Amino acid sequence: MRELLSLMLGAILVENFVLAKFLGICPFLGVSKKLDTALGMSGAVIFVMTVASAFTWAVNNFILVRYGLEYLQTIAFILVIAALVQFIETVLKKLVPSLYKALGIYLPLITTNCAVLGVALLNVQREYNFGEAVLYSFGAGLGFTLALVLFAGVRERLENCDIPESLKGMPITLIAASLVSLAFFGFQGLFQ
Amino acid sequence: MQILLPVFIIGGLGLIFGFGLAYASKKFEVKVDERVSLIRDVLPGANCAACGQTGCDAFAEAVVAGVAEVNGCPVGGAAVAEKVANIMGKSAEKFEAKVARVMCGGSSKTCRSKYSYSGIEDCAAAASLYGGPSSCTYGCVGMGNCVRACPFGAIVIEDGLAKVIATKCTGCTKCVAACPKKIIEMVPVTSEYTVRCSSFDSGKVVRQNCDVGCIGCGRCAKVCPHNAIKMENNLAKINPALCQNCGECAKVCPTKAIELFLCGTLNKESAAV
Repeated sequence: MRELLSLMLGAILVENFVLAKFLGICPFLGVSKKLDTALGMSGAVIFVMTVASAFTWAVNNFILVRYGLEYLQTIAFILVIAALVQFIETVLKKLVPSLYKALGIYLPLITTNCAVLGVALLNVQREYNFGEAVLYSFGAGLGFTLALVLFAGVRERLENCDIPESLKGMPITLIAASLVSLAFFGFQGLFQ
Repeated sequence: MQILLPVFIIGGLGLIFGFGLAYASKKFEVKVDERVSLIRDVLPGANCAACGQTGCDAFAEAVVAGVAEVNGCPVGGAAVAEKVANIMGKSAEKFEAKVARVMCGGSSKTCRSKYSYSGIEDCAAAASLYGGPSSCTYGCVGMGNCVRACPFGAIVIEDGLAKVIATKCTGCTKCVAACPKKIIEMVPVTSEYTVRCSSFDSGKVVRQNCDVGCIGCGRCAKVCPHNAIKMENNLAKINPALCQNCGECAKVCPTKAIELFLCGTLNKESAAV
């Protein structure tokens, strides 16, 4: 139990997907302008990461490993994730329209998100069992949420700052992102 | 064989997923009413949300679902209401157009100032400093939050007082939401007389602060032949539903707080008659 907890906390803080592994930078910079869009994106990422890791784990262990095709993991996982997200979108639209509206455009955007593919590949590399894989992915999603929400706060403050002309817009955002990332390196070695 | 196996497996996976998705999209198909897109086409498309929905798309869906009225779009007015009604196969009920009116006449000429403000140009920021630079804590701050909120350029600031150009106003109510003093109200276009004051202060305080404020004397309420004026918290209020635009109130008002808006625009000369 303790190991599982430290696995999840490790995924959130030490191995934060955005700030320590630099995966999923595109949505991190793209949708962190406002807190509510950041939360919408994060919700979709947590959801897709958890479900996708369960499916990719199954595909890997029951199909790829059995036939010795581990080298096809990347393409097979992309296939699985894309089909899965599409399927979830169709089902949500019919059965849970409110959730479909809340996730909105972010759900299809996640199809090609490298953080989602990254977590699926990491699960395989580290030879996690099914429970560990799902938990680790859930933690990774939470870490993504944490990073996005923190950074949304930073960016809302940046809006009111007197920024030199040449640094306005993306440059100051990237500098701020690097500082937040540096802060997260303080967690290094916390859970071993 | 070594080459064919991965081809079959990846191809097979893709095929299974493809058929699965095709089946799912049939099984979980959501039927979209074609009237939604038809209604969407006749709407103004400003997505101003004045109808109470989140935008024009949501309004179109709400009309088809029966949640919103066919004449629910205040920007489009009667013309759009009729088109929407035609699509829905209903008759458009009477559409009452409304315009925004600033319930304050305290410009920098008529209202005294408390201090000189030199902060950022924002009504809410200025209002948080002792209720704003104007000596009347109820009146217009004049920093133009409503001007910035208006998507149709229908509001101007003159002598530190916001004024709505009624011919440009579409009734979207964005300014009503933007005003930190809550002194912008929606009034039917047909209603010609408006009390241009929002002060709940007693008459003495209003006199000290402003030349054109409502001092709560109640003469208009007494003289009104249609009982359309009520006194509430030292302030006269005209009920547009009862008002017949006879103008008796404007004649007796000692501070000329009740003013005539013809075609919705302020017309001082007529009010003074």
